[in-house]
Amino acid sequence: MSVKLGLLALLDEQPMYGYQLHTTFKERTGDTWPLNIGQVYTTLARLERDGLVEAAGDDGDGHQIYALTDTGRAELSQWFATPVARSDRPRDELAIKLSVALTVSGVDVREVLQTQRTATLRDLQDLTRQKAAVDEGDLAWLLALDSLIFQAEAEARWLDSCEERLLKKEVRR
Amino acid sequence: MTLLELRHVSRIHGSGASAVTALNDVSFAVQPGELVAVMGPSGSGKSTLLNLAGGLDTPTNGDVLVEGVSLGELSSRALAAVRRRSVGYVFQDLNLLPALTAAENVSLPRELDGVPLRRARTEALATLERFGLSDVADRFPDDLSGGQQQRVAIARAFIGERRLLLADEPTGALDTTTGESVLRLLREQCAAGAGGVLVTHEARHAAWADRIVFLRDGRVVDETGEARRPNGDAIATGGRS
Ligand SMILES: Nc1ncnc2c1ncn2[C@@H]1O[C@H](COP(=O)(O)OP(=O)(O)OP(=O)(O)O)[C@@H](O)[C@H]1O
Ligand SMILES: [Mg+2]
Repeated sequence: MSVKLGLLALLDEQPMYGYQLHTTFKERTGDTWPLNIGQVYTTLARLERDGLVEAAGDDGDGHQIYALTDTGRAELSQWFATPVARSDRPRDELAIKLSVALTVSGVDVREVLQTQRTATLRDLQDLTRQKAAVDEGDLAWLLALDSLIFQAEAEARWLDSCEERLLKKEVRR
Repeated sequence: MTLLELRHVSRIHGSGASAVTALNDVSFAVQPGELVAVMGPSGSGKSTLLNLAGGLDTPTNGDVLVEGVSLGELSSRALAAVRRRSVGYVFQDLNLLPALTAAENVSLPRELDGVPLRRARTEALATLERFGLSDVADRFPDDLSGGQQQRVAIARAFIGERRLLLADEPTGALDTTTGESVLRLLREQCAAGAGGVLVTHEARHAAWADRIVFLRDGRVVDETGEARRPNGDAIATGGRS
C-alpha cells in the first residue's frame, strides 16, 4: 500500500493535522508500516500540490489542518476499486534464491528452506502475539493483521511444497 | 517443575531389515505456562512423539518424565494414574465413544478420576459451554458435525485441570475462526499454568505457540524461540523480545 493513499483514506474520515495523521496511521497499521513524521509532512505537501488535499484552517493551536478534496476522494475510490498486483510486493527474491540454490553445487537446499521456514514462522508468531493482544472491537486492525498472517502462512505452505517436490526428485534419482 | 521432559528419546518400530526409526534421539522439555508446537512432514514422527509423551507408547531408548516422574519406572497401574490425572489428549482420530453423548464423553475422564457423577456432569457442561457446545451436550457423536466432534474431543482433554495437554492436529476439521478460538483456549489454559504440545501442519496454528519445534525423519532439525528454564526465564539471552 502506498502511504499516500493510506493518508488520503484517513483524511476521508475527518480532516486532521500532520501529527494527528501520523498517530492515527500508526494506530491503524501497528508498527508493521514504518512511517516517520517527516514523511507525513512531505507526503501532505505533495498531496496539496497535486490538489488531492487542501488546507482547512488550523485547530486553534496553530496546527495546519488538511481535508480531502473531490479529486482526492475520486483517487481514493479508484484505489479501492483496483486489485493489488502481487508483483507490487518485492517477495520474489526468495523464489530466485531457491532456484539458484538448486543449481549451485554444495548448497543444501533443504537447509535453505528450513532457515527460511523458521524465519517465516517467527514472523507468524510475532503477528499472532499482536493479534492475541488486540481487542475484538478493533476490527480494522484485526483485518490488517489477518492479512499479514495469511500472507506469511502462504509463504510457509509454499516452502512445504518446495520441500515435497525436492524429496520426490531425490527419490527418483 | 518441568511438566514434560524427553531425554534422548528414540523409538524404533520392528527390528532387523524392516526396522523403522520413528524418533531418533529427541530431547525437549515443556515448562508450565508453555505451549510448544511440533511441525514436520508426514511420517516425521510427530504422533510418535506425542504418544511417548503421554505414556501411550514406550521409548526404545531414553527417558520420558512427566512432572519429574520417569514413566519407565512406573508400574502399569501408576502409569495409568498419571495418564488419567495429569494428561489430557486430543487424538488425531478423535476417539469419541459413539455410545456416549457429548456430555458423557467429556465427563468420562472425571468419573474415572473418581469424581461423583453429578459433579462430573456439572464440570462437563461448564467445559462444553466454554467451547460453545452447550446445545449439543446431549447428542451422540454420530449426530454431530466433524467440527463439533472435534471440539467435544478437545473439551474432554481440557476437563479437570489437566496439567499437560497433548493435541494431535486438533484443528483439522474446523473453519478458520473456530480453529482460532480453540487455539485461543489452548493458549489461555497454558497461560494459566498448564503445558501444551500441539502437533499441527498448519503454520498459522503453530504460530500460537511460544516455541515451534521442527521434526524431520525423527530428528529435531530446528526450533523457533528459546527453551524456558523451569522458573520461566528464557535460557538464551538477547535476540528477540
Ligand atoms: N506401529 C508402527 N509400526 C511400524 N512403523 C510405524 C508404527 N507407527 C508409526 N510408524 C512409522 O513411524 C514413522 C513416524 O510415524 P508418525 O505417526 O509419528 O508420523 P507423523 O509425523 O505423525 O505423520 P502424520 O503427519 O502423517 O500424522 C512413520 O514412518 C510411520 O510409518
Ligand atoms: Mg500423526
